[in-house]
Amino acid sequence: MLRSPRWSASLVIGLVILLAVLLISVLGALVVNRADAVVGAVTPSQRPSVQHLLGTDSQGRDMLTVMVIGTPQTLRIGLIAGLVGISIGLVLGLVSGYFGGVVDTVIRLISDSLMTVPGIAVLLVIAVNVGQMTVELMGLTVAVLSWMYPTRSIRSQVLSIRERPYVAVARANGANELQVVFQEIMPNLLPFIAASFIAAVNAAMLASIGLEALGLGANDVHTLGTTIFWAQKYSAVLRGQWWWFGPPIAMIATIFIGMFFVSVGVDRFANPRLRQQT
Amino acid sequence: MAIGYLLTRSAQLLPIVFIAVTVNFMIPRLIPGDPIEAALQTRIAMTGSIDANVAEIAAVYRAKFGLDKPLWQQYLAYWGDIFRLDLGVSLADFPQPVISKVRSALPWTLGLLGVSTLIAFTLGTLLGALAAWPRAPRFVQALLPPFMLMSAIPFFLLAILLMSVFAVELRVFPPGGGFDPIMMLRFNLASILTILYHAILPSLSLVLGGIGAWALGMRAMMVTTLGEDYITFAEAKGLPARRIFLWYGLRNALLPQVTHLAVALGSILSGAVLVEAMFSYPGLGGLLFGAIAGKDYFVIQGIVLMLIISLAVSLLIVDLIYPLVDPRIRYQK
Repeated sequence: MLRSPRWSASLVIGLVILLAVLLISVLGALVVNRADAVVGAVTPSQRPSVQHLLGTDSQGRDMLTVMVIGTPQTLRIGLIAGLVGISIGLVLGLVSGYFGGVVDTVIRLISDSLMTVPGIAVLLVIAVNVGQMTVELMGLTVAVLSWMYPTRSIRSQVLSIRERPYVAVARANGANELQVVFQEIMPNLLPFIAASFIAAVNAAMLASIGLEALGLGANDVHTLGTTIFWAQKYSAVLRGQWWWFGPPIAMIATIFIGMFFVSVGVDRFANPRLRQQT
Repeated sequence: MAIGYLLTRSAQLLPIVFIAVTVNFMIPRLIPGDPIEAALQTRIAMTGSIDANVAEIAAVYRAKFGLDKPLWQQYLAYWGDIFRLDLGVSLADFPQPVISKVRSALPWTLGLLGVSTLIAFTLGTLLGALAAWPRAPRFVQALLPPFMLMSAIPFFLLAILLMSVFAVELRVFPPGGGFDPIMMLRFNLASILTILYHAILPSLSLVLGGIGAWALGMRAMMVTTLGEDYITFAEAKGLPARRIFLWYGLRNALLPQVTHLAVALGSILSGAVLVEAMFSYPGLGGLLFGAIAGKDYFVIQGIVLMLIISLAVSLLIVDLIYPLVDPRIRYQK
């Protein structure tokens, strides 16, 4: 598979960027002292220097440590939500597309109506009502809104695969419905599952960072979004403390740009017809 | 025919509103714990009042809001409240009703969002269309990548960057607010100018972040449209290039773009709310930021309802524009 011509420059660039982000977090965790990310650990409001490579915020936390701790947390939320979203989407999409009928109509109605609700509205209601927000709960909350697109995308793929000749052959050979679904349809869905997964993770990270920046995240845990929340709360922008809000924004931008390249590349991987386009 | 289409599309608004109100009703009641008691506890803790009996006050509230009645009665009462536009009372600015707060914030959000989305859509579509046109000037191709990168970054992060560069470092634009704080807003030129001046940075965040996505989509659509036979025929007939570009290419590629607008409105609205929160713009976003900080439960619920309804109405408007753009719908039976 590694030699497949379906790899494109876009996919490689994207994966390299994301891998670099992961490496920074992993290697960084080895060199920094986690105690520096606690309030009052170091001298506050210091510009970047040799001792504090990314400076310190006005609450006395070392920014480099905060970044190293926060980045994997943000990625984790995205992954949890993406996995939950894609699992729900896969099951619902398969059931809806393959079995059709009333089940299909109901699933489609629910997913279409939820898609018209602005994501932030539902997330707000959930986040505000939960007593103590944790990272895992954040992931689940955000996953609530990320299952709709995978469901629709997988459903339309199943609808088309269902009519292929090899499915009819499998049925003629005596395979029951479950066998057809798992042995014939699902393997052909894998590229689309991958593409939907990337989209779900993207949407999940966007939603979680947005909620955290508003202050509805797990404020006792360091993530990229909560760092921006604290920066906003203590007027870092107005005070010109660019080393506080700059690194999280740069890291978020890098992650999203990497995801963008990966999603373009995976789309080409999934749909070889797109490879002809520049 | 037009009336029929109008009625059908308006009728589709109802299930959305119904589901939205139901979701807004169910979720607080599904989560364990009593939101009113929690909100009261926080407020009392914030004001430092020691002798307030939280349980008693909470009981009074519960009786008033009917939280001790069976669920279906509460549901009906909730609908009754919605129709009377009674969204509760703000806990932070007691006794100002939530509806008055939301009503004054809504025009700001709609104005900012409407204008910014329109500008982003127009510029992005033009850019994408030009990028697909082989006879367009070279620099158009170079414009695409920076905008695409900018659209990968969430709107509100662009907002922070713009605020930091233009409002704090260069001091050319104000760092927040919707208008000059020492000014009383009247319907005169000075008020309009200050509103525009304060709207530039928030609007710029939404526009810069939005152009990339529209341009990319439009470019793909244009490439497909330009491969059609009628384009070749138009060129063979000798029509001027600009005419073919505008009236044959752009016109037809525009239709799916409008559909994408409908789909993207939800996320644009969410992004706009966050941008407003960052700029303390007096729209729903700024109201929301304050309500979260002050744990103003009913205001948050009211904003959520307003967001859902605004989106539903915006979708309706886009659906109504569609027949204007696509004559095939107009002449359908």
